[in-house]
Formats: sequence, C-alpha cells, structure tokens
Amino acid sequence: MEHYLSLFIKAIFIENLALAFFLGMCTFLAVSKNVKTAFGLGLAVVVIQSITIPANNLIYHHLLKPGALTWLGVEDSDLRFLGLISYIGVIAAMVQILEMTLDRFFPPLYNALGIFLPLITVNCAILGGSLFMVERDYNFAESVVYGVGSGVGWAMAIVALAGIREKMKYSDVPDGLKGLGITFITVGLMALAFMAFGGIDL
Amino acid sequence: MSESKSREVLWSPVFRNNPIALQILGICSALAVTSKLETAVVMSLAVTFVIACSNATVSLIRSVIPSSIRIIVQMTIISSLVILVDQFLQAYFFEISKQLTVFVGLIITNCIVMGRAEAFAMKNGVGMSFLDGIGNGLGYSLILIVVGFFRELLGAGAIWGYTVFPLARDGGWYVPNGLMLLPPSAFFLIGLFIWVLRTWNPEQVEKD
Amino acid sequence: MRHDSVLGTLTVAAVLCIVCSVIVSATAVSLRERQESNKVLEMKRNVLVAAGLFEEGDTVEELFGQVERHLIDLSSGRVVEDGEVDPESYDPRTAAKDPELGVEIDPEKDLAGIKRRGKYAFVYLVRKDEAIEQIILPVYGKGLWSTLYGFLSLRRDGRTVSGITFYEHKETPGLGGEVDNPVWKASWSGKQVRDESGRPILEVLRGSVSAEDPQAFHKIDGLSGATITSRGVQNLIQYWLGSDGFGPYLEQLDR
Repeated sequence: MEHYLSLFIKAIFIENLALAFFLGMCTFLAVSKNVKTAFGLGLAVVVIQSITIPANNLIYHHLLKPGALTWLGVEDSDLRFLGLISYIGVIAAMVQILEMTLDRFFPPLYNALGIFLPLITVNCAILGGSLFMVERDYNFAESVVYGVGSGVGWAMAIVALAGIREKMKYSDVPDGLKGLGITFITVGLMALAFMAFGGIDL
Repeated sequence: MSESKSREVLWSPVFRNNPIALQILGICSALAVTSKLETAVVMSLAVTFVIACSNATVSLIRSVIPSSIRIIVQMTIISSLVILVDQFLQAYFFEISKQLTVFVGLIITNCIVMGRAEAFAMKNGVGMSFLDGIGNGLGYSLILIVVGFFRELLGAGAIWGYTVFPLARDGGWYVPNGLMLLPPSAFFLIGLFIWVLRTWNPEQVEKD
Repeated sequence: MRHDSVLGTLTVAAVLCIVCSVIVSATAVSLRERQESNKVLEMKRNVLVAAGLFEEGDTVEELFGQVERHLIDLSSGRVVEDGEVDPESYDPRTAAKDPELGVEIDPEKDLAGIKRRGKYAFVYLVRKDEAIEQIILPVYGKGLWSTLYGFLSLRRDGRTVSGITFYEHKETPGLGGEVDNPVWKASWSGKQVRDESGRPILEVLRGSVSAEDPQAFHKIDGLSGATITSRGVQNLIQYWLGSDGFGPYLEQLDR
C-alpha cells in the first residue's frame, strides 16, 4: 500500500508530466488563459490518463512484449515496434468512446469538456504517460496508480498556470512579450520551482 | 502553381508564421532535446521528414479519405512514419537515438504534424503540401537549432561537442552556466526569441 | 462507390491498415539485426572504456577479443556451469524483475537502492599471459533522478581501481551529470576500494580530498553541487563490492 502511495505522490509532484518532463505543452500554454477552462481540461486529462495507461499496460503485457504471445502458442514474438501505433490507436479510440458516452449519459459534463476532448488525442502528456509506463515496466496495479497520479499532476500544473496568467492582467508586460512570450517565461520559472522536488526519495 | 506561391508556402512558416513562436504548436519536444546542438539537429531533421512525408501522403489520398475516420487515418499515417524514423535511428544513429529516448515517439503527438495534415494537406495538392511540410519543418528547426546553439554554447562552452570557450575546470576561463543545461532555460530562450521576433514584426504583438 | 458510405469507410481503413503494417513490419524486421548488434557493440565498447583499453579508430570487435566474459552466481561467487543458465539469453535487467531469476534485496543491505537484482551477473576479465590483468564489473544504483549504470574496472589485486565509466544516467547536466567528466573519472585510478579483509572502504567525499589526509588512498572528490549523486555513486560501489554483490566472487579470486 505504501508503495502505491509513494508512486502516486511521485507521479504528481516529483515526476510531474508538465513541469518536470514538459509534456503536453501545446495545450498547456494554449488553454491556460483562465482557471475555469483549465480546470475542465485538467479533469478530462485525468479521466483519459487513468483509462489509457492501464489499457496500454494490458496491451503491452499481453500482446507486444517479447514472449507475450505464448498464450496464443507463439513462442518467440517481439512486437514492440508496433507499440507507438497501438498506444496512439488506443488513445484515439478511448477519447472517441468517452466523448460518445458522455454525450449520451452525462450531457452537462459533455458540454463542459466537449471542446477539449478531441484536443487530448494529440496531447503528448497522454502518449508520454503510456511510454513512461512501458519504459519503467509497471505492472497493472502500478499503472492504474501512475495513470491517476500523472493526470492529477498535469491538471494541477495547468490550473496553477491559469491562476498566474489571470493575475498577469494587472502587470505591465513589454509589448513584444505580451501573451505567449511572458507565458513561456512564467512556465520556465514554475519548472525551476518544481525542480526543488528532485531527489526526494519516497 | 506559380513560383511565387511555392516560395510563399515554403518560407512563410519560417519567420512570419512560425509554428512554435506564433501558433504554439509542437513545443514539448523543443524543450527536452535542445540541451545539445547535435540532438536538436537530428530531431529537426526527423520532424521535418515526418511533416513533409505525412503531408504529401495525406494530400495524395485526400480524395479517398472518408471524413468520419479522417483523424485516425492521419494518425495512422503519421505513426507509421514515426516508427520508420525511430527504427532507422536505432539502427544507424544508435548513440543519438539513446539520447532522444521517448521524444522520437512523441513526434506523433507533435501538433505541428497533425495540424498541417488537417489544415493544409487535406485541401491542397501533393507538391504544395510537401513544400508546406518542409516549410513548417524548417520553422520548427529554426527555433530548435537557435535554442540548442545557445544552450550548448552557454551551458557547456561548446558547439557540436567542440569546445569553443575553454572551461574553467579544464584550465580555461569560461565558467559554464549550469542553468542553460536544465530544461527550464529552453522556456526562457524561446520567450526571448518570441520577443525578438515580435519587436521585428510588430504586427504579431498580441492585444490584451 | 461513395467514400463516405460504410463500405467505403471500411475499405479505406482496411487498405490503409494493410499498407501501413506491411511497411512498418518490413522496416522493423529488416533493421532488427543491425539494432541488436548496435546494443551488443555499445556494451562491449563500455567495457573497454572502463578498462581503459578503448582507442578511437580501432574496431571494438577486435579490441574486445582480449576480454573474456563469465556469468557468475552472485551469492556463491562461482562461475556458472554449462546448462544452468544460458549466458546468451541472460539479461541482468530483465532478470531482476523475474520471480525465478531475480532476488529481493534485504532493505537493510540495499545501499544502491535497486530493490531487486538478478541472481547472476556478468564479469569481464582481461588476461595477460594467463594471469588476470583487470576485472571489470557491471555496477548500478540510484543517483538523484535516475539509476546510474556503469562499469568498474579493478586491477589484478582486486582492490585497486583501474577505471570507471557510467554509460547510462539522467543526472542533472553540469552537476550530477559530471560523473561523465573525464578528469573526475581519471581521479579514480589507483584508489583502493576494498581493504585487506575484502570490506568495501571507498568513500566519495563531500568536497575535495585533502592532500595531507593519510586515508586519501580510498577517498574520492565529491562532485560539486551534486551531493546526492556523489553519495549514490559511493553507495552503489559499496553495495556491488560488498557481500551481497561481487564480494564472494572477489574473495574467490583473492584465494
């Protein structure tokens, strides 16, 4: 239990996908103008992350990794080169399914998240999460915890950035830096602050 | 197809409509692989290749792609190309592929690739789409190479692995700026780059 | 046939899948051999670098001819006999996770912070006129951000370092990443890592070793600004040379 808790905390703070690995930056910078939308997008990422990482974990362990096909009677299989295409396929399909389910059963949530869902397919935090899961060889339970944790970490980071950007309205930024430029520098400073978590061993 | 139009398609993404600096596309990889010029250049080449080829392929079959599954069709084409690049790097540039790790795979979710396929290649001919891909690839490469150049020069006193400023610890005079080797410095450099670009092209300045 | 009809959609999807999978699989299969040989070559090169035998220009294969590889059982220290485990397919990294081939490390003893290790490990020997000249041991353990993987090369007495290299790590560039610094690596040469009774005694200090220190022969300068990486390096060396690592094997060599 302790192991899972430390994995969870690690995924949120120490190995924060947005601020320690800089994944999902495009949406991170583009959709952080106000806290409310940032929160919606963050929630969508948490949901997708906690579904796709365990799903890809199953695919990796039962189909792709060397010798994974023994249950089919094939001994020497190694389909790892199909990894990327399968993970992105799962992600695209999951996003589509989630979109349809929400539309059918939870219309208010669908309306809130609607426009962000398609964006998530091309969010590298999602694919990156799956790739890290494979690289670190998590088992199924670990991948569930990691999926939720990394999603929460990303959501927290984007909400924090949106909070800062809302306050930025009151500051006098040089013309050329307005908007995107100053956002880059803000994120750089946030990332530096997050480096302080480095080396914490749980 | 007039010559001036092709030139326009090829060069406008480099300065006037840079995908990273203006459209906020494809940033993730720009940060992680730019601590050295060499990896930045290899990454630029890989991305340019993928954008150009995926644009050309999507444009080639654009009339047969059913609109209901077009996103997943584009995705499949892009990921196949990325796997090709990944396998090729592992076979012929093993050292560099080890440094690029997961970031080659993440080209799939580089929004520039997907964005150009959807916005340009679905509506234009093969030749133009290919040029547009190269142009956007170059725009991306420009930023990567500039950032990589400064990070390696200031952070390690070297360019392409060759020492330019002799380091203090090896008996030279230059005390390297360790911050430059850390990923957050890429944010600062891109931020400053945008500043320079917009001072030069004032019409790009964002209104509040 | 209209492209937006169900049949049209399915046809396009099927054709695309087939074309893409053929292209991807063909590349993967045709390049696999080259990729595998790259990995082997890389490993051999690192062994040679640790032993100080690697020279630019010479082919790795040729130089590696003077190195012999043995698979040893870590707990007993003896060389694995034929048929016990297949050295060709044994990979220490996957073995550590394997319930049969790996063992859990007692948390008390787990200085390197790796939790599990394979039961067996490779050692590389360089011989000169039948006598062992250098012993090269694979070592790894936790640094600040990541696991450091490297090779430690000992002289024939099994106590003195002849060289060290880390070939894989993700430490902070400029701070912990300085484990790659050739000057620092060169400072290892000639240091004592085990005392007369075989106990690991190597220390990586915080700061530099003072010239007057009579104990300097087993102390190494810490990396400035990288306390945790330096401590990690000390711990991983102590672990792998200790009784849970290559200790038993080195004792057998001593005799």
